[in-house]
Amino acid sequence: MRELVTPEGIRLGITLASRGARFGALALDLVIIGLVMILSTILMVYLFGSVIGFERGLDGEGGGGTGSLQQLIAIVWIVFMFLLRSAYFLFFELGPRGATPGKRLTGIRIAARDGGRLTAEMVIARNLLRDIELFLPIVFIASAGAQSGPGWTAAGAWFAIFLLFPLLNRDVLRAGDVIAGTWVVERPRRKLEQALSASAPAPVQAARRKLWRVGRRKGESESEVPVRSGGPRYRFDEAELAVYGEYELQTLERVLRENRQASIEPVYFAIADKIGRNDGYNDERAFLEDYYTQLRARLEAGMRMGRRKADKFSDAG
Amino acid sequence: MTALSPDTAIESAALRSDRARLEREGDWQRLDAIVTAMEKGRLRKVSDEDLLALPGLYRTVASSLSIARETSLDAATLAYLDALVQRAWFVVYGPRTSLWDWLRNFLGGGWSRAVRAIGPDVAVAFAVMVAGVVAGWLLVAHDPDWYFSLMSRAAAQERVPGASREVLHGTIFGNDGQSGMSVFAAQLFSNNARVSIMAFAFGFALGVPSLLLLVHNLALLGAMLWLYHGVGLTLDFAGWIAVHGTTELFAIMLSGAAGLHIGRAIAFPGKLGVLASAAQAGRRAAMVMTGVVLMLVIAALLEGFARQLVDTTPGRFAIGGFMLAFWIAYFFAFRGTKRFREQGAGEGRT
Repeated sequence: MRELVTPEGIRLGITLASRGARFGALALDLVIIGLVMILSTILMVYLFGSVIGFERGLDGEGGGGTGSLQQLIAIVWIVFMFLLRSAYFLFFELGPRGATPGKRLTGIRIAARDGGRLTAEMVIARNLLRDIELFLPIVFIASAGAQSGPGWTAAGAWFAIFLLFPLLNRDVLRAGDVIAGTWVVERPRRKLEQALSASAPAPVQAARRKLWRVGRRKGESESEVPVRSGGPRYRFDEAELAVYGEYELQTLERVLRENRQASIEPVYFAIADKIGRNDGYNDERAFLEDYYTQLRARLEAGMRMGRRKADKFSDAG
Repeated sequence: MTALSPDTAIESAALRSDRARLEREGDWQRLDAIVTAMEKGRLRKVSDEDLLALPGLYRTVASSLSIARETSLDAATLAYLDALVQRAWFVVYGPRTSLWDWLRNFLGGGWSRAVRAIGPDVAVAFAVMVAGVVAGWLLVAHDPDWYFSLMSRAAAQERVPGASREVLHGTIFGNDGQSGMSVFAAQLFSNNARVSIMAFAFGFALGVPSLLLLVHNLALLGAMLWLYHGVGLTLDFAGWIAVHGTTELFAIMLSGAAGLHIGRAIAFPGKLGVLASAAQAGRRAAMVMTGVVLMLVIAALLEGFARQLVDTTPGRFAIGGFMLAFWIAYFFAFRGTKRFREQGAGEGRT
């Protein structure tokens, strides 16, 4: 988790992509590149063959006029291989999504480290370095021969340096990120959830009707459906609310959102015990919802006055 | 039972922060929908109206977040807003220039400005290359065995010490009937681009390997020059190299200089700190490198076609000389198009 300040001066909590996600993304991208390389090579060989076959059928001997056509196929193939190796990452990271297909699948993307715009130069710089980080060891092995011990040692050492690089700095930067001023972050994704305290009658009624129908099918009666309607059923006084702070409020929110009876019950008992009430027994959810709403109202009123109570141990508010 | 209007819902919300949320929720959902469509790459499905509203909505929602942080304790809403602002920020501050715009800006002044910005490094790279040629020459002049340390026998073909004048003459003239020239050109480009990208990327190791790579490549040239000098073909060989060499060697020099520039920025970050200094140099060098790849395409075309078609030394010098003059004028005399200068003044960045 890092903090980033946008040009408008808004602090954003950025979650850095995990090393695992980045490795997974890279592996996916390499598999995609490899597959495309193999398929296009097969296609080229096939085209090459059919051009020769076509020529043979035409005048009984190969070569001649098709030479230029074969050359064209070869040129297209060489250029395509170069682009695949060098421009694949560039093309996708320059797009509005700032992520290759592999990154998109693992839910990460690149961003500028300084909070400003991600520029084309940054993307180019970080990907030019990929060549030595990734492909150079392969060149080592290829030029030294697969049987060569020193070749593998050199490639291994090289790999180790650049693989360890992200482990040795706190922002998980690889060499290309350092040069470009970028980092890889998680792409946040979150749905807007219903406010627990907003007892707007319309959505509650709608939810109630739906649940009621579900309940009927199971042979239950409407009264058992655990949906609160209308205003609060329980009222809490100042002393009962002064016990808890923001930390407990948000724990309570999480429990209510998860909505599992197994965790609601103990929380109810803990709170009821602490404030010395037991009138919510068998109606725990409604009791907790009302307590949540009133506690939040109290804490938020305090916030407006500049008083914050972080948790039950702090005495402010 | 009648559905309640949104206004009634706002009024009946118990908490002030929830009322604030209900009032603003529409904007959030709209921004969410636009950003989601753009994230999925469905840019065309986003209406012009929405696209125009995007920056404004982003600011509105960002201010909602600031307000919510001060007034609301609804953790789920805060987390949602945080994520939404972040996603919108990616879109608003993402790479948004179209490739075409970027290219126009790049050719219209961005590239030559980047080259001028690494001027000192270019001078060092040039000096190192000259030293490389001299070293190569002196090494083989002293002991011809060095020739094969610099160049593999397979690559040398007939060009070996002791070869006759006729053989060497044949390697630089009379190849215009050769087929497969264009494939040759594409291969040359692919290889040269790899070498120059490597020279650049080695800058990360403080620039030293970049310079060694330059020395090695140019020592090879020096050795060949010595070989052709021995049979009195110095000028013809120079012409044979000059056709594409003025472009290719220029490009290799720039890539070495770009690597050196990064190496210098890491070794001597100055006031900025290593990370900021490296990032700044890296972006500048990336501009140079994009141009280097472009130059190598041109060099490969010259080598694959022009050199084979023009079979006389004066003609080759004319092409090579023209290219050299063109590059020097473009990098050091051209200050950008009018449009670039007007924009560049605002950006103030190299």
